Amino acid sequence: MRRWLLISVPYLWLLVFFLVPFFIVFKISLSDIATAIPPYTPTFDWSQGLSGIGTFLSQLDFENYFFIFEDPLYLNAYWSALTIAAISTFLTLLIAYPIAYGMARAPKEWQPTLVMLVILPFWTSFLIRVYAWIGILKKEGLLNLFLMNLGIISEPLTILNTTTAVYIGIVYSYLPFMILPLYASLEKINPSLLEAAEDLGSPPWKAFWQVTFPLSIPGVLAGCFLVFIPATGEFVIPDLLGGSDTLMIGKTLWNEFFNNRDWPVSSAVAVVLLLVLVVPIVLFQRNQEKQREAGR
Amino acid sequence: MITLAGIRAPIAGTIALAALLAGGAALAADREVRVYNWSDYIDEEILTEFTKETGIKVIYDVFDSNEVLETKLLAGGTGYDVVVPTGPFLSRQIGAGVFQKLDKSKLPNLKNMWPEISKRTAIYDPGNDYSINYMWGTTAIGYNEGKIKERMADAPINSWDIFFKPEILAKFKDCGIHVLDAPDDVLPAVLNYLGLDPNSSNPDDIKKAGELVEKIRPNIQKFHSSEYINALANGDICLAIGYSGDILQARDRAEEAKNGQTIAFSLPKEGAQMWFDQLAIPADAKHVEEAHIFLNYLMKPEVIAKASNYSNYANGNLASQEFLDEGVKGDTSIYPDAETMGRLFVKTSYDAKTQRLVTRTWTKIVTGQ
Repeated sequence: MRRWLLISVPYLWLLVFFLVPFFIVFKISLSDIATAIPPYTPTFDWSQGLSGIGTFLSQLDFENYFFIFEDPLYLNAYWSALTIAAISTFLTLLIAYPIAYGMARAPKEWQPTLVMLVILPFWTSFLIRVYAWIGILKKEGLLNLFLMNLGIISEPLTILNTTTAVYIGIVYSYLPFMILPLYASLEKINPSLLEAAEDLGSPPWKAFWQVTFPLSIPGVLAGCFLVFIPATGEFVIPDLLGGSDTLMIGKTLWNEFFNNRDWPVSSAVAVVLLLVLVVPIVLFQRNQEKQREAGR
Repeated sequence: MITLAGIRAPIAGTIALAALLAGGAALAADREVRVYNWSDYIDEEILTEFTKETGIKVIYDVFDSNEVLETKLLAGGTGYDVVVPTGPFLSRQIGAGVFQKLDKSKLPNLKNMWPEISKRTAIYDPGNDYSINYMWGTTAIGYNEGKIKERMADAPINSWDIFFKPEILAKFKDCGIHVLDAPDDVLPAVLNYLGLDPNSSNPDDIKKAGELVEKIRPNIQKFHSSEYINALANGDICLAIGYSGDILQARDRAEEAKNGQTIAFSLPKEGAQMWFDQLAIPADAKHVEEAHIFLNYLMKPEVIAKASNYSNYANGNLASQEFLDEGVKGDTSIYPDAETMGRLFVKTSYDAKTQRLVTRTWTKIVTGQ
């Protein structure tokens, strides 16, 4: 009994905060736009009982999904969002790994402070931190002044309102989400494994690639998922730092929802986005599990 | 003991919650009105004086885009008693059944309103049955005087030529150009410039307007609906299509900062879009009586004049004009002269199909996709 209760907690969580909202969005994606409250039709009429459910279901269709695939705009936006998210995830990993490695190798009594320092930026609002980057990256901003005073550049660089600024914003904002899982897995590695590698004549760089890195892979994967998934749907960073031509699915979704007032099409865009993210991730994890079992 | 504490804690919590709910109920018995207005749009003194005079508490909340307000209204149950949508949004929302008719017997101050403006707002709200004008303004050009002169001594700043002739606009590319990220505000101006109906829903006309904007696109640094205020004031950009009051706000900020930038507003000679922000009461408002008292209070000449003096926007209240500051009443970019007024046009709302075409045309312009 107690075991069932324990197991049911995560499933209940999944049901209430994932499946129910998902089915509401999915239901709206099958309806049509209308000038009413709420702005789509049909809506569910409980008073008609079972026959009401029948007429309700008969009015639903997949038209909005066909629409999304007819216009290349949506596919391009998905693709561009996935590319931007993938590149930023890779850059985040490159920067986070040495930091996490340094933290894991630091004296034990220092480590809580270092973890604290990584979390510290969260004490300021996310929005304010992104705004701060406008001040740093703009033409008369801190970065350009600094580089020009040093004589490295003579003309100010145009970084703000370009895709480069979006990469900077995403890497900066999501860095802690990459560092923390990496640190957690690196910190667990037993130092005697590296000593053993050294004793057996392995140079440090080889020991890193053959011992440390493979053992940190769970942390790498966790960090990459934590960065890649929210970065794909990111709206605030491209809106504030990106140029007008930075096409991302978050902005396309916003346009559908707010400018076109088309809740059904925007719901369809959201459902497809979820499938684009969830299906490959589930397949990937299955594959990982299989490999792990085969390795045993 | 552990279990006892474990039980007691939720009980204490329940008691606290009950006390809170009772407190909430007591508050609800007090009279209040919940207002949802645009940001930076009212002198807060008006609200405190209203409460002092009537005993009705004002809960005041702000938004910064019609789309956000509309989405809340269409979802229903906003809890607001007074909201302030712009004309085309208002007319569509009336169609969706979002608002209730005003009880004009409770609004004796309607006599102060300006017939010239009421005539135009009736395009959105026939008979002005659902709404009262709060403020109105125009969508036109903001520019940095020094930077424009430096690049082109005889720049046609009093004409849309400066924006819609690519060879002229190109001269200002290096100092930064912003355009509102709002097809409903920009495309009508283009249609009007091309000599077409600014309200046209003909796909060919919209295509023509889109092609013209695509030609000037390479010169535009960013499409955004609020960043230009700061960017103009700081001298980061030199030219923008924006809302009159916002540009005047940028002008004032630059003056206060004494940063050497002089910002000005221009109403082009070909005409510009005139827009109206309208006070209305949602159908599901809980404090209808108080909402009417609040609206009637806002129509007092000296009250609404105070709001205009604060926001740099013109209001639709004729009797208020004697209470306006000279800097507001005398400024033709806020209160244009009769001749300019004749050249201003209003935009009605698009049907869903045209709206989709307009948004799609805009996305193609902005992203190149």
